[in-house]
Parts: sequence; structure tokens; C-alpha cells
Amino acid sequence: MSTADSRLAVTGRRVREHVLRESRRANVGHIGSALSIADIVAALYGGILRIEAPDDPERDRFVLSKGHAALALYAALALRGWLSEDQLATYCGDDSLLGVHPEADLPGVDFSTGSLGHGLAMAAGSALAARKSGSSRRVFVLVSDAELNEGSTWEAAMFAAQHGLSNLYVFVDSNGQQALGFTRDIIAIENAAERFGAFGWDARELDGHDVPAIRAAVEDAVGDPRPHVFVARTVFGRGVSFMTSRIKWHYWPMSADEFDQAMNEIAAT
Amino acid sequence: MRATFANTLTEIARADRRVLLLTADLGYMALEPFSDALPDQFVNVGVAEQNMVGIATGLAEGGFLPFLYSIAPFAALRPYEFLRNGPILHRLPVRIVGVGAGFEYGTAGPSHHGIDDAAALRPHPGLLIVTPAEPGQLRSALLATWDHDGPVYYRIGKDERITVPGLNGRFRTGRAEIVREGRDLALVAMGALAAEACGAADLLAAQGLSATVAIVSTFNPSPVEDLAALARSHSLLVSVEAQYVNGALGSLVAETIAEAGAGTRLVRIGVRRPPQARSGSQTFYHALHGLGRDAIAARVLALMTGERI
Repeated sequence: MSTADSRLAVTGRRVREHVLRESRRANVGHIGSALSIADIVAALYGGILRIEAPDDPERDRFVLSKGHAALALYAALALRGWLSEDQLATYCGDDSLLGVHPEADLPGVDFSTGSLGHGLAMAAGSALAARKSGSSRRVFVLVSDAELNEGSTWEAAMFAAQHGLSNLYVFVDSNGQQALGFTRDIIAIENAAERFGAFGWDARELDGHDVPAIRAAVEDAVGDPRPHVFVARTVFGRGVSFMTSRIKWHYWPMSADEFDQAMNEIAAT
Repeated sequence: MRATFANTLTEIARADRRVLLLTADLGYMALEPFSDALPDQFVNVGVAEQNMVGIATGLAEGGFLPFLYSIAPFAALRPYEFLRNGPILHRLPVRIVGVGAGFEYGTAGPSHHGIDDAAALRPHPGLLIVTPAEPGQLRSALLATWDHDGPVYYRIGKDERITVPGLNGRFRTGRAEIVREGRDLALVAMGALAAEACGAADLLAAQGLSATVAIVSTFNPSPVEDLAALARSHSLLVSVEAQYVNGALGSLVAETIAEAGAGTRLVRIGVRRPPQARSGSQTFYHALHGLGRDAIAARVLALMTGERI
């Protein structure tokens, strides 16, 4: 499969189908978070990221800072042909490289994550490395809105602005939920774009389920000398009615009946 | 040792442009030899130590060899989890340099004391820890390990004048350096307190006791074989470190004796009390914790002559 063809294979619907299938097989949760980012991941792996091969040193980097949604990333890697269906089926099995959180030993995963607040700092360093090497590669990061609770995220945000890391592109998965409740009830951060703007970033808001709009926003950001952040309005559990905006689906696995219903709903989209 | 660090790293970095020096806004009158000579390889990341480690992880993934400079607790402990999930987990060549080993920042108080950095980091088998005893040994260690394949923690002092008799700057990864051979006991020292251990050996010699002095400057790999040999050939080992006795050198020696089945008596000299509010010079703290040459010698004498210690 050519790179162009494999990109076309990455759609939000296919990412969701993989997420549901492997979650059910492994009987593991974090489904709502993975569904929330499915379209951003599809936009990235379906077109934005310049990756000819996962081991190309000049490839764009991607840091899934909200590592608990790794299944959506594995789905994209599988759809691109960098991960076999057999490998994907090892998700959460013993001796598998595909755990709940992504590990850099898995080809296609650039940085290990899982501890929230860690990804943006590594990504900023990666962007600085690209610039110091005279490379045109770019670094994309996906953070959760609740991850903005972490002070380290803002340390990295200040650093990136200070150094004008315009090769750094951050998506905030703004689904309004975190592990134990709604962000508005825990640490409200509904003006994230404004806050990043105040930190010296090129900050935009967009619909995190509109793949063409995501691509257009990244293209539009090129040329701005600041680091870029796209605060993406997303829906937790998007595509599955009984998971939508329900806290329980942060951790909960599906029953067989729930799986069938979820797959049917995704197939109808 | 700070000047030796800056000068040696400048030499290394001139020859290899992958070498970068990052600081979390510390190193006034210390890092200028590097920052003046190689401004493109120097970054002050601001007062943000965990971010510095995160940035360095990204730089190392991109092929660079970043050295990160701060005072020991800020370098090693503030970003502890970023070290764990960053360079250690990714097996990336990030180098953390903690200055102010032990009580060197005496009057700055407990927030600045480097008495738990090596102890906290030693459990990580993938992290090479280097604890030089004198500037000459730091230079050798840097030249031997700057391109080590994996992360490194360098625990360095400020004092540029300190020398350990007989060491002559020798350094070997995973080995102890014997600077003095004796029969009655072996003093095993880490960091700049090695000079105090040598002084204690002189005092003991005047009392008719013959002490071996061994310097431990690396963990992970640790000089287990060398320490086991010392345990087998001496009836008493005394560990000496400006560090809590649990976790670093004292623990290593205890574990080694036990695992070798040597049955040798061990006295661990180091910090045993919680931090206290009253501050003072390094000498004050050494006296408080019994870390100076006189206290070390007195402790050994009391033991060897059967007094309760």
C-alpha cells in the first residue's frame, strides 16, 4: 500500500471500530477518551503527519500526552499498515508492546507516555532538537484538557513560546471530562485558548470532530512564528450514544451487549 | 569541581556539537566558560527543573547529548518522575549534573543539601550514577562517560581544591579505587568525604591501626566485586558518605556483605537524623553528623577498643 493509500485508510470511523473491538477483546476501559480523539488522530495519521516510515529520522513526531487513549493511536498505526492486525490483537496481553499507555519501543510510538503533564515538555525538546539540527520535521502533541491541571504543561508552554518553537503543534482534546467528573467542577479551564494566547502561543479553537477543519487549521497556522495550539471541542465517547459525556466510560469496559450496540452505532455513522 | 566540570565539558562540546548544556537558571560564575565559548550549545531553560528534564528527553531523542545543571536536590529530586519516565524509561543519553554534594551549600539550609540524591536515584538500574571525590576524578569520569549509552547522574561538589591522597584522578566505571592498603579495617568513602576518610586513616595509623581506604564513585554498575573482596579481607568495613545512610553507599556495602555471605562487621557513617532548622557551614554539619576525620577516627577507635559506639 502506498503512503497516500494508507493515509486514506485512516478515518475516524475505522479508528473507533478498532478501539471498540480491542477494548472488548481485552476487557479494558479508557474507551470514552479514545473515542474523543478518534477524529484528531484520523486527521493526523490520515494526512497531516509527514511520516514515510516509523523509523525515518526525519519523520514528523507525534506525542500522545494523554497516553491513556493509546488505543486510538494503535488503531491509526494499524490502519497505516505499521502494525499488523495480529500485533493489534495483543493489546493488553502478556509480553505485548501494546499496553494501555504507549511505549516508545513499539515502532510508530515516538515517546512513552502515561504520566499526565509529561508530553508537552518532551515535545518541546523534540521541536528544539529539530530546529537545532536544521530539520524541517514538526512535532505534534495531543494533550487532554484535564492535563492542563499539571503545572509542568505550563512550564513547557512558556519555554516553547520563549524559543518561538513554530514547529510545535498542540491539540487540546477539550471534552470537558476527567477521571472523576467534569472539568468545570474540578479545575475549570474553559478558556484554554485564551490562556495559551496569553502565554504567547498562536491559539485557535476548532471542532475536534471535523477532520477537514483540523487539516485546514494546521495549514493555516504555517507561517506564524509562534508555537500553535488548537483547542479542539470534542465529545467524550463520541459515536456511541450510551457513552457520550458519561463519566463512567473513562474507566469502564463494555459488556458483550454494549459492544454490539456500540459497533452498530459506529457502523451507522 | 564546578570549574573542572565547566572546563572539561567545554572541551568535549567543542569537539562534539551534539553536546548541549542546559541550566535551570543556576551556575553564576561557574558555567561561563561553556556559555561564553559555545552559546549555541547552551540553553537557560529558566527556573523549571522538570521541564528541563522533559526538554532534554526530547533533545536526546533527536540525537543530542544534553547535560542538565542545577543544585543537587533541584536536579535530582524535583524532576524525579520526569527522570524516571523520561531518560530512564526511554534509555536516552540525558546527563543530570547535581552540584553541591552533601552539605556544601551549608548555610543555604536543608532545601539545598544534597544528602538524598544518590540514595533516591540508586534504585534505577538503568541510571549510571557518578560521584567523584575530587576534581581530577571528575575530569576522568567525564572523559570516560560523557557519551555513555544511557542516562547518567553526576553528583559533583563545588570545592576545586580538594584532593584525595593517592587517587590521582583515577576513575573506572563499576570499580572502587583503593588509595591506601591496610589490615585492620577498610574505610569505604563516597564523594569529597573521601578526603576525610584518608585523614581518618592517618589519625588511626598514629594509634597503631592500619586502614584500607577505598573510594566508590560509581553506582549502576556498582563495584560489587571490589567491595566483596574488601569484605572478605577485612574484619570491619566503615562506609563514609555525606548522605542518608539508607539508600546509597552504606546500603550498597551492607547489601554486598550480606549477598557475599561475608559476615563482616559494618559501621555506616552518614546522615541519620531528619533535617533541622539551625544552619551553619559545611564544617558545622559535618561535626553535627560525625562526618569529619576526627569523628570518623574516634568512632573506629571506640569500636576497635571495645567501647560502645
